[in-house]
Amino acid sequence: MAPRHEAPRLPGLVQTRGGAQEKPIELPAVAAAAVAAGAAAAPADDAQAHGGGGRAAGAGATRADDVRRTGLLGSMASVALSEAEKVYIVHGVQEDLRVDGRGCEDYRCVEVETDVVSNTSGSARVKLGHTDILVGVKAEMGTPKLEKPNEGYLEFFVDCSANATPEFEGRGGDDLGTEIANTLYRIFNNKSSVDLKSLCISPREHCWILYVDVLLLECGGNLFDTISIAVKAALFNTRIPRVRVLEDEEGSKDIELSDDPYDCIRLSVENVPCIVTLCKIGYRHVVDATLQEEACSLASLLVSVTSKGVVTCMRKVGKGSLDPESIFEMMEGCGCISRAA
Amino acid sequence: MAMEMRLPVARKPLSESLDRDTKKHLVVPGDTITTDTGFMRGHGTYMGEEKLIASVAGSVERVNKLICVKALKTRYNGEVGDIVVGRITERRRSAEDELAMRGFLQEGDLISAEVQAVFSDGAVSLHTRSLKYGKLGQGVLVQVSPSLVKRQKTHFHDLPCGASVILGTNGFIWIYPTPGHKEEDAGGLTANLEPVSLADREVISRLRNCIVSLVTQRMMLYDTSILYCYEASLPHQIKDILKPEIMEEIVMETRQRLLEQEG
Repeated sequence: MAPRHEAPRLPGLVQTRGGAQEKPIELPAVAAAAVAAGAAAAPADDAQAHGGGGRAAGAGATRADDVRRTGLLGSMASVALSEAEKVYIVHGVQEDLRVDGRGCEDYRCVEVETDVVSNTSGSARVKLGHTDILVGVKAEMGTPKLEKPNEGYLEFFVDCSANATPEFEGRGGDDLGTEIANTLYRIFNNKSSVDLKSLCISPREHCWILYVDVLLLECGGNLFDTISIAVKAALFNTRIPRVRVLEDEEGSKDIELSDDPYDCIRLSVENVPCIVTLCKIGYRHVVDATLQEEACSLASLLVSVTSKGVVTCMRKVGKGSLDPESIFEMMEGCGCISRAA
Repeated sequence: MAMEMRLPVARKPLSESLDRDTKKHLVVPGDTITTDTGFMRGHGTYMGEEKLIASVAGSVERVNKLICVKALKTRYNGEVGDIVVGRITERRRSAEDELAMRGFLQEGDLISAEVQAVFSDGAVSLHTRSLKYGKLGQGVLVQVSPSLVKRQKTHFHDLPCGASVILGTNGFIWIYPTPGHKEEDAGGLTANLEPVSLADREVISRLRNCIVSLVTQRMMLYDTSILYCYEASLPHQIKDILKPEIMEEIVMETRQRLLEQEG
């Protein structure tokens, strides 16, 4: 019997019902899909009805009082809704029919474009509904960190431009920007996401530093998912010039850049994770929430998952509470989505 | 449950020959409309160096001797008698207000009202002095450009497909389930918070997606166009309507039907 009140342990949660975590999961590289003329992903087998289905029966009793206690997620852009609108959205989610006709686990249509900014090493622009993100990657040479002399590293910077929503005017977008940047650091803070050793030129002296700049052009809900897709596509598009280290007799090193502008190394983004945000609305969780749905959501779970199903980071956002059983349901939902996406 | 990724595609311009025989005269700010000084100048134009020059981007409309430029995309300009749907953002904080109105209307609520007067700075004053106006209950709001809402005799429509729609001239479109029985006592100030049935929800979601697709293709919104679009979308699943290729197909069919109906 799954212990209900224990905090979930990651990764490789053994107590999940149906063992969704143990099945091998493939995710064709998101950026490869972009290159392959936007081929639609293969539909997943809905191997198991997620546990949320059983709860729908009790959901009819969702009262207007619950709706009043909903809070906003973090410091994201918010939209004002009347109580009746919130009640409508919450009831719709319980019946698996959202305002735009999607089910609880359907994503909106994604548009990915790479190589949009010419003076970067790699760039990508992703549009998901009304959310528009532009990512640029610049590769620069620098010295490796002291504790990891054989590796290069990534630096993230997120800019919430005032174009996205008037709330970001001036310094308003800084909090959200640092929150997103910290989440990105956490996701990439493991050995397998990006092969950092390939970024090393000469140990302890030179390495490549990838500066990843994320620009929020428009905010239409579900920022984290879109940003993670855009970062993955931009890293796929990154071209790092091939360098050679020449050592002469005195021992001084010279770095030579090849003359051919097309001679470059590319990063392997197979293991770069994607974030899946699950918002809890009423008794069910919803994937790819719009701004209105986020305004009705009590809390949400951010899970970053690679194509092989390895969870690299998990984070809870919001004022509401998630009980451990619903966390298990959400993890299973994630498993289904990462198989599909 | 699949996640679809695609490359962005430039939208094909719909052929102009479907619509009108005469090509529209499009201008941008600074374009000369005419050098003939016999015309009276209307909205969107100004006189400079003996020429009539456009001050907004739009199409030129000529009524006898009056020339004006109708802008393609503008902020809402209120006129007396317009029906609007609005959201309460701020309210006066006086003692009587606290006692009386706060029980009925909160910040964030949606109301439908009629424009009573327009001030010189563009602000409008609204009234809800009829039982058909007032606080709006459960439903879906779609925000579109005000220039796409056709001015008609009535803006409250009970569509035969099973939902009702209010086409606010300010671009706020409200879709809601048709009320079962007329509620005369409340006068529209207490909202009904009971769950809406699944069939009604499907109709409302489908209408919402149809309106969004009409707006994306820059079609005028009125009850007939929305209804034809709804019927054209029936063979498809609700969530598929927003896919670009299906959206184009549905809107083309709607345009055809509207042309047949006119001609």
